[in-house]
Amino acid sequence: MKILVCISVVPDTTTKITFTDNNTKFNTAGVQFIINPYDELALTRALELTEAQGGTVTAITVGLPDADANIRKALAIGAHDAVRINAEPKDAYFVAAEIAAYAKDKGFDLVLTGRESIDYNGGLVCGILGEMLGLPSVNIVTKIDVNGNEATLIRDIDGGKETVKVALPFVASAQKELTEPRIPNMRGIMAARTKPLAVVEASANKNTAAYNAFELPAPKAGCKMISADNAAELINLLHAEAKVI
Amino acid sequence: MAVLVFAESVDGKFKKSTLEAVSYAKETANLLGTKTIAVSIGNVAEADAKALGNYGAETVYNAPLDKFSPEAFASIIADVAKTENAQVVVFSNNYAGKSITPLVAVKLEAGVASGVVALPNTSAGFSVRKSVFSGKAFADVQLTTPVKVVAITPNSYQVNNNGGEAAVVNYTVNLGNDAWRTQIVETNRVTGKIPLTEAELVVSAGRGLKGPENWTMIEELAEILGAATACSKPVSDMHWRPHEEHVGQTGITIKPNLYIAIGISGAIQHLAGVSSSKVIVAINKDPEAPFFKAADYGIVGDAFEVVPKLIDAAKQLKASSH
Repeated sequence: MKILVCISVVPDTTTKITFTDNNTKFNTAGVQFIINPYDELALTRALELTEAQGGTVTAITVGLPDADANIRKALAIGAHDAVRINAEPKDAYFVAAEIAAYAKDKGFDLVLTGRESIDYNGGLVCGILGEMLGLPSVNIVTKIDVNGNEATLIRDIDGGKETVKVALPFVASAQKELTEPRIPNMRGIMAARTKPLAVVEASANKNTAAYNAFELPAPKAGCKMISADNAAELINLLHAEAKVI
Repeated sequence: MAVLVFAESVDGKFKKSTLEAVSYAKETANLLGTKTIAVSIGNVAEADAKALGNYGAETVYNAPLDKFSPEAFASIIADVAKTENAQVVVFSNNYAGKSITPLVAVKLEAGVASGVVALPNTSAGFSVRKSVFSGKAFADVQLTTPVKVVAITPNSYQVNNNGGEAAVVNYTVNLGNDAWRTQIVETNRVTGKIPLTEAELVVSAGRGLKGPENWTMIEELAEILGAATACSKPVSDMHWRPHEEHVGQTGITIKPNLYIAIGISGAIQHLAGVSSSKVIVAINKDPEAPFFKAADYGIVGDAFEVVPKLIDAAKQLKASSH
């Protein structure tokens, strides 16, 4: 089985978000970057599948050279080889188009992404990739089992879950509970240094959107405190003052 | 020219998120000086399709289909979009919307923004505001393609009911086998519970509750208020509650009218997922809990003493309003 796992490099979840250049650019000063947590789940599930059934896992990212540390981490976790498409990831459409251009004639049996990146929260790459590659896409999945040429998946739907079957090849996006992330061990870190990391120039160049400005949410005016002895007063305030119940 | 909107239905009935999306599409059409067309796919009666006119749809394409597949739905929506020369296509950014939106964007070669929280700015091009960094910030995204696709966050746009009746076009579904490559084996929808992603009121609890057995009172409070239940990441990681209740940066981002956080300290990752809520209540025994800085109302106290009082007060309120 040949699996492609799409990796997005994102700010660590504890990052305090600020902007520069008159609120037009994300301030990366002092920010630690990590593999998008959902992508890490996709990578781990891909490794589990190839360990059980044979095959290879290729990690791919669209990014500039500063993404190399995290794509090496994907190799340390266990990916067999890696590809970095050398371009600034402008938005989901741009990223998915580059990955599709790379993947289209490589014969991958399975293409996995995270359900969304935790920076721009598009949640679009899985579906765009599927459509561009002419493959079915199964979005937001908590289970992927492969049996021969067929897979069984469980996807989240509004207010519930759905079990689906689909023939390989297909695209799917990882949701929490798909598996537990792996921490790279020393052997993995050593091995990652010599695993192949190919750098490919961008070819699709789909520019459909521009992030022009950012804004932080307005701070709260202040918290009205209610004594625990008089907790019932909260319900009255929510009804009469805030008018939300 | 037109603004097209996907009108999602479950068991033949339109959802609240659909009415929000139609209202949003109508207002967008007004900004662009064009008409609003809805695409309904499923088993919707003609009278119900007509009633979408109340929310601004002038025409409703009604496509009969008895099962779901993102590929099938996307084909139908893109087909109508091409027939009507749509310049904007609107979705709700719920789970169904998330699975269809990107497919339609590719079919129409359209720039796409999801998690949109406000009407487009059409003063110079077409720009929409979306939440980014899982709710820690907003971004204004300019879509530069002739056709634009937007998916709006549930509960971020009001439902406008201005009366009216839509013309219904019966759409003949004609799909290739490719639309059905993903086969549904089993669908499990929790009935009688409000889906968290679309809830207007949410009661959420964290490690302060000490164990999963103590959620009975959280569920009771939620039920009386008509709220959905949610939880923090540690609670979901320890499997006290199912992962789909986990709100926060690596869970889901929600935007209810009311978010009540009980026994949750308010780590930055959690606040990211809920900070867009209109009213936030923090209940925590630690007066230094960071949640109080992000809340509108706060109670310093033990959940096991406070929540039963809230349940009694909520029961009285509900009894008096009937």
